[in-house]
Amino acid sequence: MKERVEEMLAENILKVDLEDAGASTGFESEGNLLSVLMWSRFNGDENPKPSCPLPSRDVPSPPPTVADQEMKRQVDRRSAMKSIAAGLFAGFGLMQTACNPLADDEKSEISRLNWEEYFKGNFRLMSEEEKAATVRRIERRYQLQNKNTIKVSTAAAQPGVLYGYAFNISKCRGYMDCVRGCIKENNQDRKSGMQYIRIHEHKKGQINFEHAQDDFFHEVPVEGHFYIGTQCFQCENPPCVDVCPVQATWKETDGIVVVDYDWCIGCRYCEAACPYDARRFNWHDPVVPKEEVNHNQHYLGNRLRKKGVMEKCTFCIQRSRQGKNPACVEACPTGARIFGNLLDPDSEIRWILKNKKVFRLKEDLGTEPKFWYFMD
Amino acid sequence: MKTFPVLIGFFKDGLSSVTHGRLAYHLWMAALTFVMLFGVYAYSVQLNEGLVVTGMSDRVSWGLYISNFTFLVGVAAAAVMLVLPAYILKDFDFSRAVLIGEGLAVAALIMCLAFVTVDLGGPARAWHLIPIIGVFNWPSSMLAWDVIVLNGYLFLNLTIPFYILFAHYRGKEPNKNVYLPGIVLSVFWAVAIHLVTAFLYAGLPSRPFWNSSLLGPRFLASAFAAGPALIIITLGVIRKFTDYWVEDVTIGKIAMVVTVAAQINLVMLGSEIFKEFYAPTHHSQSAVYLFFGLDGHTGLIPWIWTAIIMNVVATAVLTIHRLRKNLSLLYIACGTLFIAIWIEKGMGLIIPGFIPGPWGKVVEYTPTWVELGVTAGIWAMGLFIFTMLVKIAIPIEMGRVRYREK
Repeated sequence: MKERVEEMLAENILKVDLEDAGASTGFESEGNLLSVLMWSRFNGDENPKPSCPLPSRDVPSPPPTVADQEMKRQVDRRSAMKSIAAGLFAGFGLMQTACNPLADDEKSEISRLNWEEYFKGNFRLMSEEEKAATVRRIERRYQLQNKNTIKVSTAAAQPGVLYGYAFNISKCRGYMDCVRGCIKENNQDRKSGMQYIRIHEHKKGQINFEHAQDDFFHEVPVEGHFYIGTQCFQCENPPCVDVCPVQATWKETDGIVVVDYDWCIGCRYCEAACPYDARRFNWHDPVVPKEEVNHNQHYLGNRLRKKGVMEKCTFCIQRSRQGKNPACVEACPTGARIFGNLLDPDSEIRWILKNKKVFRLKEDLGTEPKFWYFMD
Repeated sequence: MKTFPVLIGFFKDGLSSVTHGRLAYHLWMAALTFVMLFGVYAYSVQLNEGLVVTGMSDRVSWGLYISNFTFLVGVAAAAVMLVLPAYILKDFDFSRAVLIGEGLAVAALIMCLAFVTVDLGGPARAWHLIPIIGVFNWPSSMLAWDVIVLNGYLFLNLTIPFYILFAHYRGKEPNKNVYLPGIVLSVFWAVAIHLVTAFLYAGLPSRPFWNSSLLGPRFLASAFAAGPALIIITLGVIRKFTDYWVEDVTIGKIAMVVTVAAQINLVMLGSEIFKEFYAPTHHSQSAVYLFFGLDGHTGLIPWIWTAIIMNVVATAVLTIHRLRKNLSLLYIACGTLFIAIWIEKGMGLIIPGFIPGPWGKVVEYTPTWVELGVTAGIWAMGLFIFTMLVKIAIPIEMGRVRYREK
């Protein structure tokens, strides 16, 4: 068994440091192995390795010149803030040059980008030009810092779309491929082992989360137990959104509750308000190994976060808005996870809501989750 | 007499008041400065590393900072207990104590704002909270309400005493028509700041321990016990070290306020304990954890029982007239009550709200040295500010400092 695990390690299936992950994330090597086996069984001819989608473009576009950036710079937004920013930037730039004679063009460009990013507004209130400008800055900054390109989408919600999710309790066996898929897809901090999904191991005979385990370290499935996954339920009536003092989090028209990572001030009121333990905070600078960064990003989704801001599951907004399934659905080897458009009468999720006896968690709170559970 | 030169004179004389004093005063301020510097160092560590250096986690996402914030809002609100009789009921006896109370409110409010700021993950982005240039989620977010009421209350408590002191400095009697409306407003405002702060927690159905209609009234009762208790101790210190004399009668009256509030607070505590333990549901788990421990986790038991014992003993001493009238016993009872309520509102209210978590997970919280350092630093800053305010106010009130035209 151990050898097989080492083999897999060599194949980079398990990229996360096992020791680290074992201590903090609940990954279990044998469980992982089992799940890989399950994966191949359920997915037949498909690639047996749960892998991240390839970045949509690998070839770096020619970097815009400094002059180009200067010319294309947006000057119409909140002119007062802008002039403050410019003034501060000038001062800061001078200071930088004075203190650091070795500072080259790239360094000063990065600090200029940082300053412009600092004074930008709330994403929801941005015009299309402003959105394009901030995306350009974020992509450029990544390129300068990492000599690699990322693609940040700002794709908006489509009309006639409302996402919903269903979880088949009978099928889930606690393999946690969903968790791993989620971490990779969403560029989650590897250092703390942040996870959006929790898998709760229940003893048969009751559904009582207080008696369930959500951080187990053993082979699954365990005899006499069953498994329930929780994550953000994208409530129709989200308490986290109401409490945010700066409207850094809101519900999009396709039902996804998103966070503007650059607007969040990190007060963590939303984390206290969420009844489903769905929100995560960056207690330190998040670490994602360069080679593991998912380059296909969305502004409100898996783009790289910084310390001191909230994040959460967005039903993989960067995938779902391209018509794909979230990574957890894709990764699940047992088919326990179903995702789709609630407004499409022919969707699988609608079929389940119609034909299965579904229920939701903590319905008494009136949050109207768009996440249902059912059993075969 | 032009206003502007007088204003300059006021600040000049104020500066000279705070920079001159006996050795004990300088030692006191130096000690506070030292603690503040340590706080700054601890905060710099936190800024560098992130909030990971605190004991907080995704399971217990608020800790010592928000605990202290909640408690100090109460202390600030309590200034009203002195303002009300002094200005509106024309109880001259109280008016000497009232400036001290307002100074205390200013110091407590600045500490509140500091505690909220150090709790932020992105303090550099705090400008997002400023209306117009930021986006203010009002009226939906109770935190937005809190920002408004705290800053408004700070404004009232700065301007009213400043107006009165400034008038005295010029050798005039302050005009009642100017300051009385402000005082009436501040009375309502004081109740509002503490109710709004209570609603911040009570409005969260996700945390059953806080989601109680008793939380607001209980906040008020405990605040009107702890705040005036602190004022009594402060008045005792001021009587000892300065010539600013406050009559025993005044202290006796404030002690009466403390006593009644402490008694009401105990009644409410009893009522909560009854509700949680007579017919416990899974919503009572936080209370079970707090008082008796849960699944072998017992972190808060020593805190809460210490607080309850101190609370009961102090209230008993205050309730018995003979004991309360003994000044040194009164000071001890007030100090005991103050600490008891600090524990009860902080470690005893904010932390157990998160334990167990939404899915029943019990993860405990212990503050780290960084949190303790920053907290000590902010308390030192509050004391520093309060000492300065008192040092400026007393000579003016005693008529020793007046504007002199050169």
